[in-house]
Amino acid sequence: MEPLSWTGSIAILNPILMIALAALVVSIVVWIIGSIVLPEVPLSLNADGTLSSGTGLRGLTQSALRYSFFACVVLALAYIVLGILMGTSAGIVGAISQQFLPVWLSLIILFAMSIAFKRRLGLYGKLFDSPIGMIGFGLVMFWVFTGIFGALDLIITHDPLSQVSGMKNKVPGTPLQNPEDGEYAWYLLGGDNLARDVFSRMVKGAWIVVQIAPLATMFAFMVGITLGLPAGYYGGRLDTFLSFLANLILAFPVILLFYLLVTPEIVATGVPNYMAAVLFIFPILFIGVLLNSRYYTRPNFRTPLLIGVLGIALWLYLSLISTDGYIINTDDYGIWGLPTYLDLFDIPGGILVVFVSVVFVNSPTVFRIVRGLALDIKTRDYVAAAQTRGEGPWYIMLWEILPNARGPLIVDFCLRIGYTTILLGTLGFFGLGLPPESPDWGSTINEGRKLLSIYLHPALPPAFALLSLVLGLNLLADGLREESLKD
Amino acid sequence: MGLFILRRFGVMLLTALCLTFVVFFLTNLYPNLEKLAKTQGNQRMSDEQVETWLDNRGYLQPTLVKYGQWLGVLPGYTKTLDDGTFLGTCTRPGSTEETTSRYCGVLQGDWGYSSVFKDEVGTIVGKRLGNTGYLMFWVLVLMVPSALLVGVLAGMREGSALDRSLSTFSIITTATPEYVSGVIFIAIFTSSTVGLKWFKGTATQAMDNPTFENFFLPVLTIALYGMGYIARMTRASMTEVMTAQYIRTARLKGVSFGNIVMKHALRNALIAPFTVIMLQFPWLLNGVVIVETLFNYKGFGWALVQAAGNNDIQLLLAISVVSVFVVLVTQLISDIGYVYLNPRIRIS
Repeated sequence: MEPLSWTGSIAILNPILMIALAALVVSIVVWIIGSIVLPEVPLSLNADGTLSSGTGLRGLTQSALRYSFFACVVLALAYIVLGILMGTSAGIVGAISQQFLPVWLSLIILFAMSIAFKRRLGLYGKLFDSPIGMIGFGLVMFWVFTGIFGALDLIITHDPLSQVSGMKNKVPGTPLQNPEDGEYAWYLLGGDNLARDVFSRMVKGAWIVVQIAPLATMFAFMVGITLGLPAGYYGGRLDTFLSFLANLILAFPVILLFYLLVTPEIVATGVPNYMAAVLFIFPILFIGVLLNSRYYTRPNFRTPLLIGVLGIALWLYLSLISTDGYIINTDDYGIWGLPTYLDLFDIPGGILVVFVSVVFVNSPTVFRIVRGLALDIKTRDYVAAAQTRGEGPWYIMLWEILPNARGPLIVDFCLRIGYTTILLGTLGFFGLGLPPESPDWGSTINEGRKLLSIYLHPALPPAFALLSLVLGLNLLADGLREESLKD
Repeated sequence: MGLFILRRFGVMLLTALCLTFVVFFLTNLYPNLEKLAKTQGNQRMSDEQVETWLDNRGYLQPTLVKYGQWLGVLPGYTKTLDDGTFLGTCTRPGSTEETTSRYCGVLQGDWGYSSVFKDEVGTIVGKRLGNTGYLMFWVLVLMVPSALLVGVLAGMREGSALDRSLSTFSIITTATPEYVSGVIFIAIFTSSTVGLKWFKGTATQAMDNPTFENFFLPVLTIALYGMGYIARMTRASMTEVMTAQYIRTARLKGVSFGNIVMKHALRNALIAPFTVIMLQFPWLLNGVVIVETLFNYKGFGWALVQAAGNNDIQLLLAISVVSVFVVLVTQLISDIGYVYLNPRIRIS
């Protein structure tokens, strides 16, 4: 087997891409300078009362920018399409885009459906009016699909944990020495210092982030909302106490907290399990209060609904916090939990402690945001109207204040998933929590950095993956903010 | 105002007490103590030996008592073993019963003895803080002016080409955590494969002899991540000011755009970023830990990693006191500064 070059037989496109990129950079610079130096486009008043503007030099710089940008996009698409068709004969780029085929297909379907029905999809549909939001959403969904399909073993070329002899620190595109039948014959992005496939590890790492980050952010939001709404609405002693607690956690440097909480010794004492038991009860409280405050006037409907929903929620809660029939299982004592045959899923101690500490770090900030919003919104007329109607405080908080605070909260949710991704990477970077051979991006960067001056390829792919995911989330949040302000 | 500061000071003290107690509690959990005993004594100690080792040094007293001893409100623990060796919380290697003081806590100015570095905690923290302070100084020198410049330039004409490109730049920097940008910088500027050997990949020599070559990359890495956020806040505040009525009046009077920005808008637009910069310090502290690990610069963050990794209780406590102090003092400064900068706000 020949080693793969980066672009293989489509290398003819490379000079064209170089020219297009150079043109893009030049036109961006000209555009910026032009916006400062060149005069404003003159406006002329027409006889029918309308204004029209000439294109002028400014218009020229703008269209130059647009065309060079389109050229770059078209070329990038050409690389991907040719790569899908030609596979490994189009080099590493081709092989990678062929591996990502399911992701491309899902992205195309998702975007086509969303754009077709965007007027009926509310805020989500409006996202497709803003180019920034679309780029961000595309980046995020790329990694989400990569994570999902990677978990289904569709994209990866090799097992992310298995080592192949002779592939230690090999450059991208190195063929395996003696591949077996049906085994992928190359390491597309090279091998790391333990001779594992960098490409497959990067893809598998996406799954860890896609699993933990949104879920942890959601739990942090549940905690923050359940505590922040009463703090803002009632004020007084409750507010002082909860705000003091939140500031207490916020005054902790995050890394110190991680170093104290996420260690095997702390896991052995069962502290994370206690924290999980406390933090995970907030979603149940939230759902229970939410439904009760809405339907308490119709007991016939409310009681079966609450029994059903809370029953399922409690079952999930108990299976979440109990492992092997125990909620807390240390050497000295144990607390009985759900028996094993009722336990739906087990979370390994390492993952649980990561999850809990990320929720713990994020919830005070959410609390502060929700409290601020509640303080602002409770002075509005519709809240006063609800109070006059005689609605209960929890109904007002959850069904009057919360829906009207959704805009900033959705935006912050996106930003916070990005921040959680960064935190997960930080944990991996310091080798805390997750097992050392785990393919998550932080750990991979940490391993790759040690040989960075000689071998670049093990550290850079996860670094760029993390960068693009967080960038996508930030752009998505920006697009959402813009669109939700237009309402 | 005086009452306000006094109250804030009280809250600060309470917060510091609570936080140090949390750190104290977590580091004094039995598995952590066991780890400490094994690293200090002998890896192959049996469970009984671990227990006697800990008991002899006073680690098995109730947590509150130990916390009181660390604070210096309770007398330190002492014990003389059968073979005549004198042990206790206040002892140093080689000290005898006569040379050991009865109280040794923070209140007496004694921060304890580091079990990792085999030195007084006070001297270690002082030395490491000096290194980090130097790093932070240059980070602020680089970060604050460039962030303000980017924010003001982007915010003075909302929606212009300059605004869009600078906003994209600041979004990208906020999306790049230090361990990503640091790795990319090292890959581009220091590795032999790319060939641009402009800078050094480690800052180890920068502790004695900082030069542009070995010190710029760590500074840039920390500064970039914090810069985007400050720039975005500055931009938001600048766009708000630029739509204010007095700016419109100035424009209608015929004041030139440059004069409007420099004389009318800038002063009001810089109030909000001041708060943001002050509140950015806790995040900078995180960045310092990552960058000092990445570039092997032996400062405060590096000491934190060493102390936490080896469960060095006394050093870890001192470090958390210092970092909590930094966080709370910057919060206080930001509150007070905000009042002074913005005459519309009065604290009663």
